[in-house]
Amino acid sequence: MSRPLIHRKPGRLALPPTFLFLAGAFAAAWLLVSLFGRGQFLSAANITNIFIRSVALGIVAVGQSFTILGGSIDLSVAHLISVTAVMSSFIMQGDSANIARAVAVVVAIGLGVGLLNGLIITKLRVNALIATLGTGLFMQGLLSTSFQNFAGAVAPEFEVFAYGTWGPVPIPVAVLLVVAALGVLVMHRTRFGAYLYAVGGNREVARLSGLRTDRVLIGAHVIASLSAVLTGLFIAARLGAGAPWVGQDGVYDLESIAAVVVGGTALAGGRGGVLGTLAGVLIFSIMDAMFNQLGTGAFLKQVFRGLIIIAAVASYSFRSKEEVS
Amino acid sequence: MAANTTPAQQGRRDGPPILEMRGITKRFPGVVALDGVSFDVRAGEVHALVGENGAGKSTLMKILSGAYTPDEGTLLFEGEPISFSHPWEAQQKGISIIYQEFNLLPYRTVAENIFLGREPVRRGLLDYGKLYQDTAELLARLGVDQWIRPDTLVKDLSVARQQLVEIAKALSFSSKVLVMDEPTAALTDREVELLMELVRRLRDEGLGIVYISHRFKEIFAIADRITVLKDGRKVGTVDAADVTPDDLIRMMIGRPLETFYPEYARPEEIGEPVLEVVGGGNDVLDDIHLTVRAGEIVGVAGLQGSGRTELLRAIFGVQPFTRGIVRLRGHEVRIRSPLDAVRLRIGFLTENRKEEGLALLQPVRDNVLLVHRALRALLARANGGPSVAELASRVDLRAAGLDQEVQYLSGGNQQKVVLAKWLAVDADVLLFSDPTRGIDVNAKAAIHRLIRSLARGGKAILLASSELPEIIGMSDRIVVMWDGRIHGELPAGAAEAEIMALATGQRRGATGQRGGRPA
Amino acid sequence: MSDGHPTRVQEAIRGTAGGRWREVLRRLPPIFVVLLAICVWISFLNPRFATVPGIMSFLMRAAPAAILAAGQLFVIVSGGFDLSVGSLITLVVLGSSMLIGGDPANTWWVIAVMFLIGIAVGVFNGAVTSWLRVPSFITTLGMLVTLKGFALLWTGGAPRGFLPNNFRVFGRSRVTGIPGLEQVPYAVIILVVTAVAAGYLLHRTGWGKQLIALGDNPRAARLSGVPTARVRIGAFIASSTSAVIAGILLGGFSGVSTNVGDGQELSAISATVLGGAKLLGGRGTMAGAVAGALTLQALFTLLNLLGWPKPLRDGLQGLIIIAAVAYTAWREQRR
Repeated sequence: MSRPLIHRKPGRLALPPTFLFLAGAFAAAWLLVSLFGRGQFLSAANITNIFIRSVALGIVAVGQSFTILGGSIDLSVAHLISVTAVMSSFIMQGDSANIARAVAVVVAIGLGVGLLNGLIITKLRVNALIATLGTGLFMQGLLSTSFQNFAGAVAPEFEVFAYGTWGPVPIPVAVLLVVAALGVLVMHRTRFGAYLYAVGGNREVARLSGLRTDRVLIGAHVIASLSAVLTGLFIAARLGAGAPWVGQDGVYDLESIAAVVVGGTALAGGRGGVLGTLAGVLIFSIMDAMFNQLGTGAFLKQVFRGLIIIAAVASYSFRSKEEVS
Repeated sequence: MAANTTPAQQGRRDGPPILEMRGITKRFPGVVALDGVSFDVRAGEVHALVGENGAGKSTLMKILSGAYTPDEGTLLFEGEPISFSHPWEAQQKGISIIYQEFNLLPYRTVAENIFLGREPVRRGLLDYGKLYQDTAELLARLGVDQWIRPDTLVKDLSVARQQLVEIAKALSFSSKVLVMDEPTAALTDREVELLMELVRRLRDEGLGIVYISHRFKEIFAIADRITVLKDGRKVGTVDAADVTPDDLIRMMIGRPLETFYPEYARPEEIGEPVLEVVGGGNDVLDDIHLTVRAGEIVGVAGLQGSGRTELLRAIFGVQPFTRGIVRLRGHEVRIRSPLDAVRLRIGFLTENRKEEGLALLQPVRDNVLLVHRALRALLARANGGPSVAELASRVDLRAAGLDQEVQYLSGGNQQKVVLAKWLAVDADVLLFSDPTRGIDVNAKAAIHRLIRSLARGGKAILLASSELPEIIGMSDRIVVMWDGRIHGELPAGAAEAEIMALATGQRRGATGQRGGRPA
Repeated sequence: MSDGHPTRVQEAIRGTAGGRWREVLRRLPPIFVVLLAICVWISFLNPRFATVPGIMSFLMRAAPAAILAAGQLFVIVSGGFDLSVGSLITLVVLGSSMLIGGDPANTWWVIAVMFLIGIAVGVFNGAVTSWLRVPSFITTLGMLVTLKGFALLWTGGAPRGFLPNNFRVFGRSRVTGIPGLEQVPYAVIILVVTAVAAGYLLHRTGWGKQLIALGDNPRAARLSGVPTARVRIGAFIASSTSAVIAGILLGGFSGVSTNVGDGQELSAISATVLGGAKLLGGRGTMAGAVAGALTLQALFTLLNLLGWPKPLRDGLQGLIIIAAVAYTAWREQRR
């Protein structure tokens, strides 16, 4: 019965196995592009490009990691992104004096939506999938009724968020890295993060340890919503204005979930982390860049993306003996 | 490894009880689970609690932890009356309970598990340095720091080491009382030694320890006092030094069979061998030789962790045998999955019918026909098979109708539905594991009569049970499991003492005897 | 635990017919009441709705969604999700127009190929979920992305070609000459046949019963000898097949477009849940799922009549499914 002790290697922040896939994707892309593609894969411009591609999805996926880690899920993020993009550019009307007000309004909306999602799930005991699908549809309904096209414009100063640089580093990439760092900090270095792991891992154990599990889950949903708001602001800055379809066009709901699970976080919760999610997003971006440079068009990459999602999760799960449905 | 006791400790052990339960009574519909039980534990002693399954140990534990409120009686902690509404509160007071099922998160580290909900924080952030240091100190205090590191994931630890983590977690609350429920059930001998040593050291540090176990060897190795429970009543509390294992067995048993069991099989009712296992083994079982004949009920006795239920699971293909031969009606068969077993008309009634036996949201009809349907073509008509009403009356099912969801049935009737499921396909080998667990007395007798009538009808029955009276009352032959093997075989009507002696590893019985009682 | 049911089974089932009907009525999902209420309301606003042609054209519009919900229910009761159906619809519509290439003679074998593709997708979804133990939510999410990509790759990203009339009849034409019914749309006939067949498969075959038991308690099902992988793969095949049928109808009804299937998977799941199905398995009725889809369609019709803009109608759908699930959770808790 007694098995040998397995110690983790010294150093506490062990890299998730996703980083192996990331390295593999990077090497494969490098090889294929060098052999068959145009341009250089390993150029600074291309690497920067890969990171910039990752910003919109990366930010919201960091937030999504929190809900999935807690055993929940958030399908409303794409719609919240649209709401944020439209509301921020509509309020700004191209005037930098309105930036603060616009940001305050969309952050308040994000807080409200996150709170609402969390409360519906914990207090009304509605399955998270249905709850967030419902709030998402509702938001989208209100938004699309009020706006049919690009609304207003972001202030020119605000576009710095999308196009500015900070030394050699594009500001959006810096923002993504800061968000990821914050995500790591909250998930791995706060009590809230520890509680979230417990709630996602085994709700009963968490309850027996005296944790307030409902509050933890609500917190996770607030974080997911706030990250969607930040992605929405970034998209508005990049496009110069928000339109009511920007979130759904990017499929940020399903793509963010895909990035999280490819990053090694279990769909059932309790296991995984923000760094893996970041790797998942980067894998997607690298594949996108590769297919672009190979000139195969946008659709082949989509075909592969779906298969990569399945293969990555299968590589974590296929040894399990549990019945899964 | 005798316990060295200093006079000071001796004095403490004779001191006032740190935790005391007085006249505790707890009733459930149809059962008195505890009847005026008094029990106490002093600082610096190990107080063992023994008794058969159903004697009331787990109810007592749940009252201690705050999961149940007693109907009568009081709890005193350090002389003060107390009551808990949540296990968390008991723990905060200094009463820690280590259950058989672990309350650990497998994908979190040892340190994160131990201090869950109480992580040290500095300037808003987790202080991992302190967390690991505190854990390391705690583990060092327990003397297990060479086996367990604070940053190991719990899932990477053996069961024994997870047990140690549970103990460490309990002690991190600066507990004064530690309750351990069958802590060695899953441990190897060497690991048991380690645990015993640890328990002794904790005792010497002044903890009061309640040690629940079936294993006499351990009890006599560490207990200062022993309390015996039987049928919800206290038989007595004795000093461990004053009694022998035989005395203890006498205290635990010796009750008249108050329920009437059906008659044993007459010799002419027992037919040809139906199920034979020759040299069966897997990672928990070894050297299993077993024969079950038509018309015969073979009882499988054994303590928790002896391999009793694992034997049935191996035969049924849940955790199949990896060695040895299984023969069914003389033909060698391979059973690799439950479906294989079902195809061979072997039926299995597990001890946890809600988790493994029933689809609770479905009506009686669909549960009864589930196995039948599994054996037919996928697109065969659902209701073409045997008459469910007839099956229901064969097991004397009492339900509002065949379309009633089984979640609303009583435990006894739920069990009858599981049984009917196997009768629907005419399974002629039936494996029962604790068929009457959680079932009230009357329904129990009904199930027992059913099992016997099935044997009369020519079925070969293997009956594993944690309740000795059930084994003795029902079995035409009894095999006793110990340490993953069949440790001995006894004839019908064997005495509890004989079974216990084999099951506790006290003595080795002759295997292979059939028929009459030994002189 | 006392014996709460002193009635012996024989006595209880003596009045089988009556008792059974009452039981059926008791378990009738409240969705039927809601559907009826909405239909009555619509009839007040638009008396033409309550005529045979009015009902027929309502059912024709609702047919694809209802068929899709019927297929989705198989997966839902087994405890899984099938998110790939929307993309499969898109693939069917785009693929058919590509393969037929404007020649009506190709229609029949193309339809056969589409069903084969559907079955292959179902087998893949079920096999990956059963054997690689990837949660079906992820498996089918991956297929959603892949199939859509494949469809767009095939057509170069824009709707190409057209569907000939002998393909489009199923979605937009009517059968004439049935006495008493004037004109019956093909889609309605297909809906009725599909729903009855699906209802039979789920509620009257051993497979359907095993599927529900599997969703209710996978361990008990396995220990009862249920061939879990085969049973589950069947559910995904049913779901994919329903998507192929829905795709053929939608292609006929609205022609070739690249976003014809977008979001259909979530509507289908919502419809089953409205119809009383339990997410994560073990409970659900075919009549309920179809009624759920019809209710969503009726609701849209009603709000349209009331002058609500389309986006707001979608928004209200969100609130309604939350309310329906919250109501179910509340009722279960109370029991």
